[in-house]
Amino acid sequence: MSTAPGTMPAGAQPPWRSTLNKKMAGLLMCLTVAAAAVGVAAAADLTGAGATFPYPLYAQWADSYKKLTGVGLNYQSIGSGGGIAQIKAQTVDFGASDAPLTKADLDAAGLVQFPMIIGGVVPVVNLEGIAPGALKLSAALLADIYLGGVKKWNDPAIAALNPGLALPARDITVVHRADGSGTTWIFTNYLDKVSPAWHGKVGCGKEVAWPAGVGGKGNEGVAAYVQRIKGAVGYVEYAYALQNELTHILLENRAGKFVAPTQASFQAAAAGADWSAAPGLYLVLTDQPGDGSWPITGASFVLIHREQRDAARATSLLDFFAWCFAEGDAAASNLDYVPMPDDVVALVESLWRTDVKSAGAAVWK
Amino acid sequence: MTDRRATRAAPDRRHPRPWGDPLFRSLAAAAAGFFLLLTGAILLELTRGSSLSLAKFGPSFLWSTAWNPVTGDFGALSSIAGTLISTAIAMALAVPLSLVIALFLVELAPPAVSKPVGAAIELLAAVPSIIYGMWGLFVFAPLMSDHVQPFLSDHLGFLPLFQGPPMGIGMLTAGIILALMILPFITSVMRDVLRMVPPVVKEAGYGMGSTVWEVARQVTVRYGARGMAGACLLGLGRAVGETMAVTFVIGNNHRVGASLFDAGNTIASALANEFAEAADPLYLSALVELGLVLFLITFAIQGLTHAWIRRLERSAGRGL
Repeated sequence: MSTAPGTMPAGAQPPWRSTLNKKMAGLLMCLTVAAAAVGVAAAADLTGAGATFPYPLYAQWADSYKKLTGVGLNYQSIGSGGGIAQIKAQTVDFGASDAPLTKADLDAAGLVQFPMIIGGVVPVVNLEGIAPGALKLSAALLADIYLGGVKKWNDPAIAALNPGLALPARDITVVHRADGSGTTWIFTNYLDKVSPAWHGKVGCGKEVAWPAGVGGKGNEGVAAYVQRIKGAVGYVEYAYALQNELTHILLENRAGKFVAPTQASFQAAAAGADWSAAPGLYLVLTDQPGDGSWPITGASFVLIHREQRDAARATSLLDFFAWCFAEGDAAASNLDYVPMPDDVVALVESLWRTDVKSAGAAVWK
Repeated sequence: MTDRRATRAAPDRRHPRPWGDPLFRSLAAAAAGFFLLLTGAILLELTRGSSLSLAKFGPSFLWSTAWNPVTGDFGALSSIAGTLISTAIAMALAVPLSLVIALFLVELAPPAVSKPVGAAIELLAAVPSIIYGMWGLFVFAPLMSDHVQPFLSDHLGFLPLFQGPPMGIGMLTAGIILALMILPFITSVMRDVLRMVPPVVKEAGYGMGSTVWEVARQVTVRYGARGMAGACLLGLGRAVGETMAVTFVIGNNHRVGASLFDAGNTIASALANEFAEAADPLYLSALVELGLVLFLITFAIQGLTHAWIRRLERSAGRGL
């Protein structure tokens, strides 16, 4: 069989084909080995998922803990709702949520929850001539602003609380969260408690039917909107208010005092709370008594299963949390979070001893 | 007309790979069939996922402006209106500009200009949408609130469309950002369509003494009308479904505002914002139903456009 000039014999491949095939095979082998290696390494890490609010802190703690003990932790900040869903589906070792579950929900899902870290939600404003910590608002007034009842900054109700302040005649632009979030839950929980009008009209939830205003995506979105729109008022987590140098306000708490949002006022709110009386540690720190308490404080909770399948893994997980409670305070303060008070830590650790079991035996001693 | 059936009837046994043609045909048919199946499967899943919401609200979901996750009352009107309005603004701005830019690149510009400008436009078309969103929020929104919106409300403020506080974010800003996003896309497709107009036809026009504008309008654009409508349809599809760029600048407010300065929301932005945290089954079902509505809106727009093109062609004498 003769081949026509300019063509290859039947079945032949071009000369560069064999090199290409060899290179592809080599690349594929390398990728498989790499994937296997990554897979093996990842299997030993502890996993968690949930709220975005404590993510920077959990990531920092995980990093420090790994350097210390070699045990890694992988936390996915997919949101409180996602965290609850994942721990219920048992795809992660722990879930994190800003909104605590009720005792009924916990028992139905076989979960144990405990507070890990405290943060505050801070209303911030953008008004020319108003310095941080200058504007005073009462609870009812804040609710009224968010309900759309008070429309201008020089409204008599605001002026009455701020006699020495030059309030501009600007429209109030309310900024809220567009996405569902634990921060919204804490904020609306507070408004729900202090304002009957808010309770009737809107209620409390991770996502609500806001009567007025525009929605920003995430804490970053709200911070960006407040910075850009003159006359805006919004609410962000304390860390965002600090890092973006937003103008915070003084809020009137339950004791009638106007407090500024600081680590001290968050701790004051947590200290006044009675955790031992709360079933399932379901305690919302909004509107707590105490002269120095910040009214919109909230704790971020961790959820783990009551019945652990792998005792060694569960002990390792609780060792990590115990380390965070004991040694993680400095890191928390550096990142503008507030660590749990010591008596609450003792309460949580005794809860681990009694409630977290694997095959009948307590996991943590 | 070649008889396709005769050429593919008997595989040529002298060919070293006689199974080549049937294999190619079946693979291609399988790929095409897969996408048909996928579309059907998506539609089925969307309907199943929204069954709770469909059962509770029925057709009133489409015209209710409520959106209350706490009481469980949902309605799609604000999202649908937002999607349609922002898309309309985007198309109104982008399509004429795209046509003019494409004509410039094909008819008027020397190659030294048209090549780099064309490359730059295609690069813009590849920029991820979230970059547009961030740019919109940090650069464009202040521009709108400081210059454009006060200008509009000073001069056109008697119209209810341009009333309200100039926040910088809102329906108008979202529409303009969308226009900027789909403009490179439509321009590059239109440019390719216009380049395919046979030079003979254009030269016939020039030979009869037409000006450049007359040839561009009567010959080039007419010849490429169907392709250009297809380009607009692609841009429309992108604008209707655009999520991240819109979410940053539209203000995310579940209300239908009378003014273009008001905040609103689109179906895509509502889904992007609320899907992750929607734990309640009815809430989730309402969001899936929003997705179903968007799916059906896209189909409807496509169907209408195809019908319109067919009518245009019939009046121009083709297809007989």
